[in-house]
Amino acid sequence: MAEFVIYLLVLVGLAYPLGQWMFRMLERERHFGLENLIYKLTGVQPDRQMGWREYLQALLVFNLLGLLVVYALQRVQGMLPGNPLKLAGVDPYLAFNTASSFASNTNWQAYGGETTMSWATQMLALTTQNFVSAATGIAAMIALCRGLLRTESRQLGNFWVDLTRATLTVLLPLSVLLSLILVSQGVPQTFHQPAAVQTIESQSQLLPLGPVASQVAIKQLGTNGGGFYNVNSAHPLENPTPLSNFLECLAILLLPAALCHTYGRAVHDRRQGWALLAAMLLLFVPLTLLCMHYEAGNWEGKEVRFGEAASALWACATTAASNGSVNCMHDSLTALGGFVTMVLMLFGEVVFGGVGCGVYGIVLCVLVAVFVAGLMVGRTPEYLGKKIETFEIKMVSLGILCMPTLVLLMTAGAMLVPSARAAMLNTGPHGFSEILYACTSMGNNNGSAFGGLSANQPYYNLVGGLVMLISRFWILIPVLAIAGSLGAKKRVPESAGTLPTHSPLFVVWLCVVIVVVGALCFFPALCLGPMAEHLRYL
Amino acid sequence: MKPIYQRALQDSFRKLNPRKMAGNPVMFVVEVGSLLTTVLWARHPGDLFVGQTALWLWFTVLFANFAEAIAEGRGKAQADALRKSRKDIPARRRKPDGSFEEVPSSELRKGDVVRVEAGQSIPADGEIIQGVASVDESAITGESAPVVRESGGDRSAVTGGTTVLSDWLVIRVEADPGQGFLDRMISMVEGASRQKTPNELALNILLASFTILFLLVCVSLYPMADGAISVVVLVALLVCLIPTTIGGLLSAIGIAGMDRLIQRNVMAMSGRAVEAAGDVDVLLLDKTGTITYGNRQAAEFVADGVSLAEVARLASLASLADETPEGKSIVTLASEKFGVHLTPPEGAEFVPFTAQTRMSGVNLGDEQIRKGAIDSISNWATSPVSERLKEAVDEIARKGGTPLLIARNGLAVGVVYLKDVVKTGIKERFVRLRNMGIKTVMVTGDNPVTAAAIAAEAGVDDFLAQATPEQKLDLIRNYQQGGRLVAMTGDGTNDAPALAQADVAVAMNSGTQAAREAANLIDLDSNPTKLIEIVEIGKQLLITRGALSTFSIANDVAKYFAILPAAFAVSHPELGRLNFMALANPQSAILSAVIFNALIIVALIPLALRGVNYRAVGAETLLRDHLLIYGVGGLVCPFIGIKLVDMLVVAMHLA
Repeated sequence: MAEFVIYLLVLVGLAYPLGQWMFRMLERERHFGLENLIYKLTGVQPDRQMGWREYLQALLVFNLLGLLVVYALQRVQGMLPGNPLKLAGVDPYLAFNTASSFASNTNWQAYGGETTMSWATQMLALTTQNFVSAATGIAAMIALCRGLLRTESRQLGNFWVDLTRATLTVLLPLSVLLSLILVSQGVPQTFHQPAAVQTIESQSQLLPLGPVASQVAIKQLGTNGGGFYNVNSAHPLENPTPLSNFLECLAILLLPAALCHTYGRAVHDRRQGWALLAAMLLLFVPLTLLCMHYEAGNWEGKEVRFGEAASALWACATTAASNGSVNCMHDSLTALGGFVTMVLMLFGEVVFGGVGCGVYGIVLCVLVAVFVAGLMVGRTPEYLGKKIETFEIKMVSLGILCMPTLVLLMTAGAMLVPSARAAMLNTGPHGFSEILYACTSMGNNNGSAFGGLSANQPYYNLVGGLVMLISRFWILIPVLAIAGSLGAKKRVPESAGTLPTHSPLFVVWLCVVIVVVGALCFFPALCLGPMAEHLRYL
Repeated sequence: MKPIYQRALQDSFRKLNPRKMAGNPVMFVVEVGSLLTTVLWARHPGDLFVGQTALWLWFTVLFANFAEAIAEGRGKAQADALRKSRKDIPARRRKPDGSFEEVPSSELRKGDVVRVEAGQSIPADGEIIQGVASVDESAITGESAPVVRESGGDRSAVTGGTTVLSDWLVIRVEADPGQGFLDRMISMVEGASRQKTPNELALNILLASFTILFLLVCVSLYPMADGAISVVVLVALLVCLIPTTIGGLLSAIGIAGMDRLIQRNVMAMSGRAVEAAGDVDVLLLDKTGTITYGNRQAAEFVADGVSLAEVARLASLASLADETPEGKSIVTLASEKFGVHLTPPEGAEFVPFTAQTRMSGVNLGDEQIRKGAIDSISNWATSPVSERLKEAVDEIARKGGTPLLIARNGLAVGVVYLKDVVKTGIKERFVRLRNMGIKTVMVTGDNPVTAAAIAAEAGVDDFLAQATPEQKLDLIRNYQQGGRLVAMTGDGTNDAPALAQADVAVAMNSGTQAAREAANLIDLDSNPTKLIEIVEIGKQLLITRGALSTFSIANDVAKYFAILPAAFAVSHPELGRLNFMALANPQSAILSAVIFNALIIVALIPLALRGVNYRAVGAETLLRDHLLIYGVGGLVCPFIGIKLVDMLVVAMHLA
């Protein structure tokens, strides 16, 4: 409990200065040397402003290229250097799934970590995607902020500049810092051959080493979650000490929390940033306490080194943010503990959520809340002085419909396809929970796995790959369209009749909207899974 | 049964036509669900549970249709009454040679000139080009007292279907047949030309999205539950989840909003205008008639060299023949304050007011008494006005009043303070507007000093003095540039450009044709303060929509707890623990949820038609109260309601 309080205090304490700093990095007036060099080499005109369609186009093209590169690298890794374990090329279904997974910032790992991917693949393909997929989220968020701030303008900034800055000046320095701290705690960062060690039972074991610290740092910071080792941050080399555990767990929520403040700063109303963060905490804290309560005493599937509380906290943080790294096995959580992790994802990854996408996701919820609340105070709804009209509501609906559609249909499909259904390890409600969790994780670009389910097979690889891509990129269409449409509008001056969107009342209302929309969509599914399991054994 | 209900009942069935239902995605889904369950029942007629479910689903659709029909019905009754005054009547059209010919009114075209005598109906909308007459406009305003209409000025417009009571008029026709004011009014009240307003459209999209979501939830539930849930139960669940309460009442709310305007004798030329009224940030109000009573009234006398009573007597004498309200108020003040009761003395020779002399008075033998504007009396007087009186004059002007000098035999002896009287209660109204976040701006032709004084007294936020039509237009444009929505009232032709520019423009029905065409709302009572009521109706409309949407979605929680344990009673008996309401059995639980869902529409029809009460308080307070009533209430109410229905269902052995 004390750990949780300290965790929250440090998180909230660091988020504000970090958020301000990120704003200054992203919205600097001038480009610095390395940046200019990159623009020159790539032929980008950094001062050219883009409209929302052009911005979206650049974003999609860039990520499509990333997808193709990751796919290709996996297929041909056997022929490339940087492959000390002599791993063969990855099969097409799995390669597609992994490519989608890393392009969409999901980092669902159907593959077996160090035993499937060569160093070259891990570094060139996966680690690069860890950076740029997170940077993509930040870019889209900052474009949305510009739309909210600017008046009668169709310009949302330049995607290439935002991408470069988010990578070079935000994510890179932070992950270098975290890598160094992790190395100090004993996380390997090396190109040495696997170490041969004698175990206590006098058997010899081959320990794969590699550039672990750098990948762990960015997978935690960039809400990626794809670990170097298959058991992720439960592995002693990924997460050796209590301090490393605390910092890695902190890094999960740090950027999503700080970006709330970046948002507040970027729309010139810092109270809005506080309001978003408050709403996230208002949902996160009680659910985490619930999870910790139910996990107390449940040692199955947990690292003894971390204990139940720190494991429950990590489980909640990683599902709240669309991170997906784990330090315990979620399959072994109690029914209600698992329920909490699924609920946190099913909110649509807006409670912290992914880097950048958490903020733009919750802004869509804010627009729904503003629309209904605005009606209830008798005015055409407006947010930050911009009128929310038919076009915006159309786009919000398009964005909000996407995730539940994907998750529900993929789950239903998994129950209907015999091979997908047979992938359950358990029967009954728990077996259903395994499928629901997997579909939820992919549909929300989370990437954590419940375990139990044998997910490396065509249905999950193929459908899951598509679901991850759609879930990640579909929502960007409405988000950027809204940015474009709001940017072109005038700002209505505030008056006594304006609904304040930073007041405690509105924050509570926003939480209610998020919970009600999430709960109404998934209540039946959750009843059949974790709820039934819990009630059955009462 | 009242005919209006009878007609609404028939219409509820007529509206089952799928092509009409398609405009309302929520209710369309319910209708499809009803059909589906009916087919299922037809295959197993013995299954009374399926039969009852089907029946109540049909009721859900019918209740929603009934709500809409009853809202429309009120308008239809009014339209029928209006139609009676629109019958074809003979008109006397002027031929190019100046003589008149008799033609039916349906042959009149824009630009034709007709002559209407006393006792005849006016054949078409038009502008008076000659004559003065009293006109009975009760056919459209409901007001039986006749009004005066005359050429020139701001009372020159006449409406087809009204009747000339005295004298005659020559009118230039301004509307082709079928497009007159009466025709537009009929189609408005009937809802024939009613289009969905932007906000209604946006809400519809949101509701449609919820419907799609719940459709997905129910469709995917079948494989998720391994087919352990019957189709009837799935349909019941779907209908209970989708926002039928707001979906069923949405169009009724819109129609009822228009109807509330009509009941206040305001004609909205589009639904958009009503909605925009709720959003208005700035109200431009004409001083005269809106903020102050149209006429100035005497408030005080000032004397120099003679007693106050003497000034009162002289002023009263000078005003005896003055029939203007100002003149009468002088006589009243003199009698009330100084007991001066005069009858016109013998041999008095009254001097009437003329535009040249700008004073009036009376000659009693050699005593010449005059009252008038400062400069005209100064010119008439033989000795200069004393310093004391000059001071008094300045003082009155500074306070926003109009000073009149009283002079006897070439010497000014006193001043009458004519005061612009601010309407009682207007200040409180402005406070309310301020609480609503609306800025009030007074527009007047007065000089800035006078305007400032009245503005302060009335409590408006800002004023525009010595306003010209151009300045008015600029003021509106400036506010709009800053993102504000501006509302104004107007009646004169010179108001037309500003009316056209304003977002919400209310024209007085007594105003000119140009003003009426530029406006998007017309006030049949010609009461400028009505703008405030229009704003409140606009807000009420939005609030009702928001409140019922919240209520509708909040209801779903209880319905889940009623239906899910029942639906999975066999396959997942452990979910029975979620049956908090202790509903008797699975069938009664599902039936109760469906019945509650249908009945709540009926229960809320009065609220939808009346509208949620609007109070002029800040947005935050308003939101809190409405969330408590419709959000928390919407959460709790169905738990109680479904439990009660369940008890009834069991008691009646329906399940």
